[in-house]
Formats: sequence, structure tokens, C-alpha cells
Amino acid sequence: MTRKRRRMWIVLLCGLGLGTAAALTLTAFEDSIVFFHSPSDLAEKQVPPGRNIRIGGLVEAGSVSRATDGDRMQTAFRVTDGAASLRVTYRGILPDLFREGQGVVAEGALAPDGSFRASTVLARHDETYMPPEVADALKRAGHWQPGEPPPPAREWNTLQPASAGADTRRATN
Amino acid sequence: MDGPPATPPAPKAPTLGNALHRFANPGRFMRLSGALLPWLAAAGLALSVTGLAWGLVFAPRDWQQGDTVRIMFIHVPAAWMAMGGYVGLAVASFIGLVWRHPLADIAAREIAPVGAVFTAICLITGSLWGKPMWGTWWVWDARLTSVLVLFFLYVGHIALSNAFDDPERAARPAAILALIGAVNLPIIKFSVDWWNTLHQPASVTRLGAPGIHVDILQPLLVTGLGFLFVFAALALLRTRTGILERRARALMAARAAEPAATPSAVAV
Repeated sequence: MTRKRRRMWIVLLCGLGLGTAAALTLTAFEDSIVFFHSPSDLAEKQVPPGRNIRIGGLVEAGSVSRATDGDRMQTAFRVTDGAASLRVTYRGILPDLFREGQGVVAEGALAPDGSFRASTVLARHDETYMPPEVADALKRAGHWQPGEPPPPAREWNTLQPASAGADTRRATN
Repeated sequence: MDGPPATPPAPKAPTLGNALHRFANPGRFMRLSGALLPWLAAAGLALSVTGLAWGLVFAPRDWQQGDTVRIMFIHVPAAWMAMGGYVGLAVASFIGLVWRHPLADIAAREIAPVGAVFTAICLITGSLWGKPMWGTWWVWDARLTSVLVLFFLYVGHIALSNAFDDPERAARPAAILALIGAVNLPIIKFSVDWWNTLHQPASVTRLGAPGIHVDILQPLLVTGLGFLFVFAALALLRTRTGILERRARALMAARAAEPAATPSAVAV
């Protein structure tokens, strides 16, 4: 075995050891690395009221209610991960992207009544990008129910809506 | 003190080391890279300008993000090069550490600042994108944090490379740092799959079809190719300059050592 070859094996073995150590560390700290917990996580973990945490999921369709409380806006909505859902209340200005069916991450604490009182709400968007015309065409054709995640990318990522001219209205906000 | 003696000519047997040795010859590298550099630079500029104009002006808006999505055409290619550059840095460091090719040491040293700049571009544009869409400039989620760590690794590598009076002595500690940092690359890539993050998962390289409409994907890929060539051109240019610097240093050291100039080992 030449010295070069020996050096190569030493470096590779060090890499293997380092990788294993990193993987074990990250696995051990998984709970603090996740940026938010899903409503199912929360139900499972029995988080005490008052502890500051982040929860995330999709804003349940039809669950948003807004009220003005003095000069501040009060919003209540449900955050769902499909399996469980959680009622969230928030006073303040929401991000532009906030809407039903949209991903959100809320920071705050559980109230004694079991709802989540958020101090910050961030919008989370999915990894799909498409022109508004394509989104409209999908919705018109019934392939995409409003408030639901978009259909599989294969169905639309090369779709060219024929009547591009008839569809120039602004994107819905 | 002159630099360490040039590696002795590799003997016999066509091994990986010998194949590397062919391209580790600085003279050959200067010839090849000199011929390649103008083409890389021209292609990189042309593709980047085309892709950016296409993406920033002509590509359609996004259904949910509107015009803000156009930040993607800078952010994503910069992120690709931030990580691709680190792969290059790690490979050069590995070769430098194992086969002790001075050219690999120089390449590693010269790639790092370019990678750091692309990482900074990625972080800054990401922050500018995060504010209008997510509602925050910055959060400590796994993706954002691991990319910030990548930036610090680049900066640390630059600092370590320049921490020695004799730059050649910096090569080994810097290479070790670069290789240790390489463990961060899979963490960045898979952070969005392994943990809940504010950052969305991958669109282009996911299983199945890309989650990007072709009208938005095409300018993104063109810009990505352009950034790749620009990165390669900058790295080559810097490496060539690094070789020349080292030759100049060796010449000056030789001249200082013995004024009655004998043609000593000035090889890089």
C-alpha cells in the first residue's frame, strides 16, 4: 500500500466517521431542528399551555373568520395537516400570501381552552410554480378544487392554455 | 525557505493518481485553461444575460407569488453554484490532501471566494424574497441555517488559507476544514425533506415531474447553466492567477536566497 493510497483511505474513513457522527447528532436533536410542529404532533406530545412553540400546516378551507377589534385585525382559522386540526387566533397583519388552503407557520402558545394563540403568522408556499392562466385553466376544468393543493405536476407543467388572450384578468389575490 | 519540493514524477501503472497527474501539471493546465477561458466566460455571460432577461422580463408571473417569483431566477442558480462550488472545493481539497498536487491546493484556495460570493447572493436574494412572501427576512429553519453555515465555511476557509505567512503551508489545514464542511452539503440538500422547514421542498430535482411550469423552468435552467459557466470561468481565472503568483513568489525567494541566479527548482 503506497502512502498516497493510505492517505486516501484515512481521509475516506474520517469522512465516514464524521458523517456517522453528524447523522447521529442530527437524529438526536431532531426535535429542536424542526421549525414547526404539525397539529398531529402537538396532540401526540401533550405540550403544556403557555409554552412558546411553532405550529404549521394548511389553512383549512372555509375556516377563516375575521373581525376588527378596535384598530387591530383579529383573525381566527383552523390549521390542519390532514389528520388533525387546531384552532388558531391571531391579532395583527397577515402576510399577503395568507389564504385558505395556503401553508402557514404560526408562533405562539396554546391557550387554556386548547386553541393556539399566535403572536406571529408566516406564510409558507409550496414548491409549485405556474402562470396564473394555467392555474385558472386547471380550476375551470375542475382538475383543481380551490383550497386544495395543486394536482400532480405532470398534469400541468407543460400545459399551454389555448385561450391565453381571453384570460388576461389579474391573478386572484 | 522555498515551497515544498514539487511532487516527484509519478512512476508507472495507470492509476487514478497518475491520471490526475496529467492534469496536475501546471504548464498543461495553463495551456488548456487559457484556451478554454474566453469561451467559458463568453458562454457564461451570454447565457446568464439571456436567462435573466427571459426570466425577469418575459417569463409569466406565478399564480400565487405574482412578480415576486422572479427573484427565483437569481436565487436558485446562485444556490446551485453555492453548493456546486463547495463540491468543487471539497474535491480539490481531497486531491490536494491525498495526492499532494499543488495545483489542487491552489484551485481550492481560489474556488472558495467565488463560492462565498454566490452563497452571499443566495442568502441576500432569499431574504429579499422571504419578506414579501413568508412575511420575514430570516428564520432559523434547517435550510436557511445550513446555508448560512455553508457561507461561514467558505469564509473560514478563506481566513484559514490566509492565516499563514507561507501560503503553501495553509493548504493542508484548509483542505481538512473543507472536507469536514462537506458533511453540510447533504444536510442542505435534504433539510427540506428531513425536517419541517419554512423553506419549501425542491421543485426541480424532485422525484417525478418538476413542479415548475415549463415557461418558468426554461429561463431558470438557462440562467443556471450561465451561472455555472461564469463560476467556472472565475474559478479558472483565479486559479491561473494563483499559479502565476506562486511562480513569482518562488522566483523572488530563489533570487533572495542566491543572488548569483542559478536555475533552481522554480517549478510550482
